[in-house]
Amino acid sequence: MVSFTYGLISVLLMALVTYIMRALPICIFRKKITSKYFNSFLAYVPYAVLGSLTFPDIFYSTGKLYSAIVGTAVALILSFKGKSLVVVAVGAVIAVALATLLHDYVLVNVFAMV
Amino acid sequence: MDFKYGVKKGFPIAIGYFPVSFTFGLMAVRDGLPVSLAVLFSFSNVTSAGQFAGEKIIVAGGAYIEMVLTTFIINLRYMLMSLSLSQKLDDGFNLPKRMITAFGITDEIFTVASLESKKVTFPYMCGLICTPVLGWTLGTFFGAVISNALPALLSSAMGIALYGMFMAIIIPPARKSSKVLTVILMAVLFTCIMKYVPFLGFISSGFRVIIATILAAGIGAFIFPVEDKE
Repeated sequence: MVSFTYGLISVLLMALVTYIMRALPICIFRKKITSKYFNSFLAYVPYAVLGSLTFPDIFYSTGKLYSAIVGTAVALILSFKGKSLVVVAVGAVIAVALATLLHDYVLVNVFAMV
Repeated sequence: MDFKYGVKKGFPIAIGYFPVSFTFGLMAVRDGLPVSLAVLFSFSNVTSAGQFAGEKIIVAGGAYIEMVLTTFIINLRYMLMSLSLSQKLDDGFNLPKRMITAFGITDEIFTVASLESKKVTFPYMCGLICTPVLGWTLGTFFGAVISNALPALLSSAMGIALYGMFMAIIIPPARKSSKVLTVILMAVLFTCIMKYVPFLGFISSGFRVIIATILAAGIGAFIFPVEDKE
């Protein structure tokens, strides 16, 4: 069991560090950046960040590679069709759960007979 | 672009956050953290990867400096986002309003605000931030309270929710623009190189994201400069 005071200080300390990083640039850069190159860079940042956060880590997100692949495929199809955040997220979770169930079922019932 | 519109855009993020922060609450309580601390953790930090890493350090009884450094590295990308967002704000933002907006800079909130076609207003940002923060905090609360009652099948399946949400944000624009797609593919390629090439293994996951982002967005800006809107 973690000491409450230690836990509390830790949590607040991490919150403070995170907040300072979020606040500094947005509070300091009050003027418009005129460099075309730098503006293009900033415009591409969101896509690059999310791409880098998603792949390849998504394949490790469920603990099993096969279920993560199924979930990724479903998320890819749903988001390609332009479905909302919720539909894609929930669809991927359901796909992973079903894949796990099916995998376990096949393992127990089919291979047990062989 | 008013508060209501912001709430409308923030609501799907809140729903998407729920399973992720639920998992966090679940894990925190199973690791021995009190429910109150798990909830405060989510409300005060509002980060995914940073919180998951920080929680593990707390449970291991790690040093404060270790938490500060880990949080700093994993969350350094917020500085890039904050810088990018500074160019997207309309003229109504004074320092206090900027300080309030800063609290809500997460991967998803930042991206949704960035992809608005016009400059964003303060009421819009408040609306966009409040529902996801509420969803993130409530999700942790429910995860922490329900904890052991949830079947293992569901708790492991929920691990993919956050990534599903990321894909829902970036795939549609990538479909429309081959430039965006190229930037995403470069970022993924750089991330994979750093993760799988053995002698690059010393680069932590937080730095991987930052290096891949700077390289991919930097090269993207060089090959496909964006024409200035407005």
